[in-house]
Amino acid sequence: MAARRAATLRAATPWALLAPALLVTSVLVMIPAIETVWMSLHKVSLFRPHVRPFVALANYAHALADPVFWASLATSLVWVVGAVGLQFLLGLATALLLNRSFAWRGVARALVVIPWALPSVIIGLVWTWMLDFNLGVLNVIGLRLGLLSHAVPWLAQPGTALAAVILAVVWQGFPFFAVTLLAGLQAISADLYEAAALDGAGGWARFRHVTLPGLAGVIATSLLLRTIWVANSLDLILVMTGGGPGTATQTLPLHAFLTAWSGGDYGQGSALAVILTLLLLGVVVTYLVRSRAE
Amino acid sequence: MKPRRITRLLGTELPVAAILVFALFPWIWMVLSSFRPEAELTRTPITLLPQSLTLANHIALLARTSFLQNLRDSLVVATGAVLLGLALSLPAAYAFSRFRFRGRQALRVQFLAINMFPVVVLILPLFILMRQLGLLDTYVALIAGHATFTLPFAIWLMTSYLEAIPVELDQAAAIDGATRAQAMRLVILPLTLPGLVAVGIYIFISSWNEYLFALMLAGQRVRTVTVALQMFIGENQIQWGLLMAGGTVVALPATLLFLAAQKRLVGGLTGGAVKG
Repeated sequence: MAARRAATLRAATPWALLAPALLVTSVLVMIPAIETVWMSLHKVSLFRPHVRPFVALANYAHALADPVFWASLATSLVWVVGAVGLQFLLGLATALLLNRSFAWRGVARALVVIPWALPSVIIGLVWTWMLDFNLGVLNVIGLRLGLLSHAVPWLAQPGTALAAVILAVVWQGFPFFAVTLLAGLQAISADLYEAAALDGAGGWARFRHVTLPGLAGVIATSLLLRTIWVANSLDLILVMTGGGPGTATQTLPLHAFLTAWSGGDYGQGSALAVILTLLLLGVVVTYLVRSRAE
Repeated sequence: MKPRRITRLLGTELPVAAILVFALFPWIWMVLSSFRPEAELTRTPITLLPQSLTLANHIALLARTSFLQNLRDSLVVATGAVLLGLALSLPAAYAFSRFRFRGRQALRVQFLAINMFPVVVLILPLFILMRQLGLLDTYVALIAGHATFTLPFAIWLMTSYLEAIPVELDQAAAIDGATRAQAMRLVILPLTLPGLVAVGIYIFISSWNEYLFALMLAGQRVRTVTVALQMFIGENQIQWGLLMAGGTVVALPATLLFLAAQKRLVGGLTGGAVKG
């Protein structure tokens, strides 16, 4: 009897330890998430909070018929691929360089992470300041070096606004790749490189056949984490352009946010948010299926 | 030897220096701008090197705006989030690292999946929930929000630190007659203290830097520094000197804490990533 009670106690202990975390996440994440799904199936408006008729999939149909939705989806795609791709390439280059030995490597490693520690709001403000048409330092430097023939209103014209915001997010995010990939590089055994060198492999061949396979796991995980983060993030864009000019930098989460808050259409905004979640879920499931297959 | 020295200079040190210039320039430009008089910042054509340095922006920031109050709000929220976040993540991580039970793996994934929900998905119902509870624009709302959204990664980090402590230590303590709670308090906790500090720093920085929750769930009576800075822009003409001073002051604690905890954070992150 006592033995059985002890066994029950043992089995219950981990759940008791997990209970507070589970409770908080249920109340603040799971229930709100379900509520968003509920709202997406109803007509919920800021201006008439007590009338909430069930409209089935009307919010979704409306979203899919709206050209602004497709435009923001396309913008999101450019934003995610551009930002994550460039962050990754720059981060990989940084990691490979910092993996070599030189006198001030320690200092370089410490300093390179600084952008990562800053709040998005400040990053947005600083880049807005540097990209300013009249007062921005980037225009001044560009003109002095002869790279620009005239000052460019980077954030105020549709053709350059998205690229400018991507530049800021690349700056913010590349240290993440640099440090995670560097840690991955250091986990690759030196023996493998020696063996490859004995086999007569050159620099590129060693990179292709030793470094890349050794990093594959870290690359996949860090790309997934970063893709989700970049796809969801809207504070940097909100601060720098608010989605403008026009809708040039309006990504899907920003579109959902603005529809709900500026437009007061909670139902429609929720439907857009759910669509975004489903798209991300697709990415994650693809990743899991693929990593399991390997 | 000489050619190798040159190869290293051109092939490694020069590119690293270029990357560092890219990484540090915006930060340096912000700090530098904060010490230049407003008139100099807005005079066209602008000069790259400061003609004069001043503390006027920093003094104006503290004297003429509510920034000190905002700093206090941020400090209260971030500290609260650290305490709540550690209280939630430490037991959960202990359960994941020391017990093998049904649903363990599914639950670990479930916690990570929280990170996947777009903030826009959660912010609307959270806003409504907090309004119903009368918690809108209070410390509690932001502390709860920040502790929750940092929870997945906090648990992930904590678990990887705890797993680095051999189970044999628990067993040795048990043989010496210690209960599980005593073993936790006397053996595991002291050993995991550096990890605990690293997780605390992670939560602190995330909360300190957060914007969207702070904007939507508070912003009037409780206004954190990120929201306050963003609101400076809305107020008539943009005062860049003031903004850059605010940015410098806000960025400082996060940067210093991050540099201090960097090694452990990256270790905890990639320890999981490599195993993952």
